[in-house]
Amino acid sequence: MTTPLVEMKNVSIAFGGVRAVDNVSIELHAGEVVGLLGHNGAGKSTLIKMLSGAYKMDSGEIWIEGKRATINSPRDSRDYNIETIYQTLALADNLDAASNLFLGRELTTPMGFVDDSKMEAETRKIMARLNPNFKKLKEPVSALSGGQRQSVAIARAVYFNAKILIMDEPTAALGVHETAMVAELIGELKKQGLGIFLISHDTREMMDLCDRVSVMKNGQMIGTERVEDVTEDDILSMIILGKNPKSKT
Amino acid sequence: MSDQSAPSPQPKRSFLQSLEVDTRLLGMIGAFLIVCIVFNLLTDGRFLTPRNVFNLTIQTVSVAIMATGMVFVIVTRHIDLSVGALLATCTAVMGMTQTAWLPQLFGLELGHPLIPWITIAIGLLTGAIIGAAQGWLVGYQAIPAFIVTLGGLLIWRNVGWWLTDGATIGPLDQTFILFGGINGTLGAFWSWVVGIVAAVLSLVAMWSARRTKTSHGFPVKPMWAEALIMAVVAGAILGFVAILNAYTVPSRVIARDPSLFGCDVAEGCVAAYGLPYSVLVLIAVAIVMTVIALRTRLGRYIFATGGNPDAAELSGINTRLLTVKIFSMVGVLSALAGIVASARLGYHTNDIGTLDELRVIAAAVIGGTALSGGVGTIYGAIIGALIMQSLQSGMAMVGVDAPYQNIVVGAVLVAAVWIDIQYRKRMGAK
Repeated sequence: MTTPLVEMKNVSIAFGGVRAVDNVSIELHAGEVVGLLGHNGAGKSTLIKMLSGAYKMDSGEIWIEGKRATINSPRDSRDYNIETIYQTLALADNLDAASNLFLGRELTTPMGFVDDSKMEAETRKIMARLNPNFKKLKEPVSALSGGQRQSVAIARAVYFNAKILIMDEPTAALGVHETAMVAELIGELKKQGLGIFLISHDTREMMDLCDRVSVMKNGQMIGTERVEDVTEDDILSMIILGKNPKSKT
Repeated sequence: MSDQSAPSPQPKRSFLQSLEVDTRLLGMIGAFLIVCIVFNLLTDGRFLTPRNVFNLTIQTVSVAIMATGMVFVIVTRHIDLSVGALLATCTAVMGMTQTAWLPQLFGLELGHPLIPWITIAIGLLTGAIIGAAQGWLVGYQAIPAFIVTLGGLLIWRNVGWWLTDGATIGPLDQTFILFGGINGTLGAFWSWVVGIVAAVLSLVAMWSARRTKTSHGFPVKPMWAEALIMAVVAGAILGFVAILNAYTVPSRVIARDPSLFGCDVAEGCVAAYGLPYSVLVLIAVAIVMTVIALRTRLGRYIFATGGNPDAAELSGINTRLLTVKIFSMVGVLSALAGIVASARLGYHTNDIGTLDELRVIAAAVIGGTALSGGVGTIYGAIIGALIMQSLQSGMAMVGVDAPYQNIVVGAVLVAAVWIDIQYRKRMGAK
């Protein structure tokens, strides 16, 4: 088997005595979508926030493309070509789409000033691909609809040629049409060889989009299964009961 | 007005939309003009004389310089209550440096040409260090800025007192006081040179911005709108210079030393003050701060952090270091304002800059800086400072007693923020 794109080994983190993630291991291969499922507070978001650099893990190891990686900040994570779409979208509401897309990685003129025209031109290009209806380039993103805000967050992750993409509830705020567009995009990125961690509550959607699903409960990993090996009911019982029916047999 | 509220399907644009000017900017300039016109009527035309415009300008400089820095502080959801006290400590340090420390410890004679420049460097450095220290407490130690700078208000006001034993320090260096306003001006000829160069540069800047837009294929405003705005900007710059140049030096001042004004004899000699150096300092600060706000990563990060601190952090921005930089900038600007303020008086006094923190915050807020963070402009803060100063000196000219002046200024501050909130609600912005 090939070297995994990402390998998180025996990762733990605690917040004031609560073991939010307890000795969890998970891996992700290139061109693969791995879904993370579980109740609210199961530790899914916390787990991937250690990969995206928002939290620093207490113990465990992260390996990226077969090399030990140190991720202490969001900047470190970006340096490993990891991009994250947060559940909250993490947009600065008072800035326009281009400023948000390039936040922390502004394009600059030779003089070192931010090059707003160039960033706006690049934003127009990528938006034409992701969301052709997107027109409000000059307005602060607070003036945009939920779907448009989501596409700004997605554009930010896709633009910088990520190898590893983390999507935390990417479709939670979206309508039917926009959800379908996100599903299409995930398929396209997968073909390009990206590895994607996907977090969602929608079990059916996950069965459609993912290659493998991992279920967490109370900070622990219940199990990881290929979607073709399990039924939706198996997944639901893992989420609710915290037991893997497959491992019993 | 009515066509703005109803969304019309056809791309017909109103006059203001074609101009693409900030309606808030227009509102502020409008408010400022109303204040000026009302006072001009109440004082039988004494308010808008060249002499009073000149005085108003130099009185505004110190608060306006600090207000540009306060914009960044408030945009990042902090506050700085210590600027007036910090100004006092900086002027105390500068006063002692030029009158006592340099002459006594380093043997530089009073009037030595290096004294003012060393003094200014030490003053700015003092401001930068104190500001950075306060910023470190806020950013890295997570003490609320309100508390750190409230403590700073008490500390720096009295460190200034302690450094000088409470004495008035002066007279200050002859070169140093050139930055105070009427003591140092360009004169008519050089004021015109500066005005014309500034007008040409701003026209070139607007034209090249338009060309950048067209080269990327972005929509630009119609040519007539561009030309109109260019004409207004150039006219405003040259008009301002013309007004200041119309304020001529009184004959009794010329009589003291006609050679200073390029005349051999006092009789028949006419000279204008022109642009004060302190106003040039303010203009330079305004340009630098605006460039930082709009065209640098630092400025982008300041506004992003104000809009959503978590998002800024997740984007890899070091928001703690950013806080140190912002407070340090305010420290430098307070020192700069201190140079102007003490040079204007000719002395360092104990109560210099007292209550300036409130004037500075009020100027930034009247200028449209939102305390909820993320929103604010440098030009707004400067216009805010001008409005405050016009109100105050206008009321003094009319003969309103000091307590009533403060009541009016306080009411105007609250009303200005209320109008701004109503405006934002109607525009649908947060």
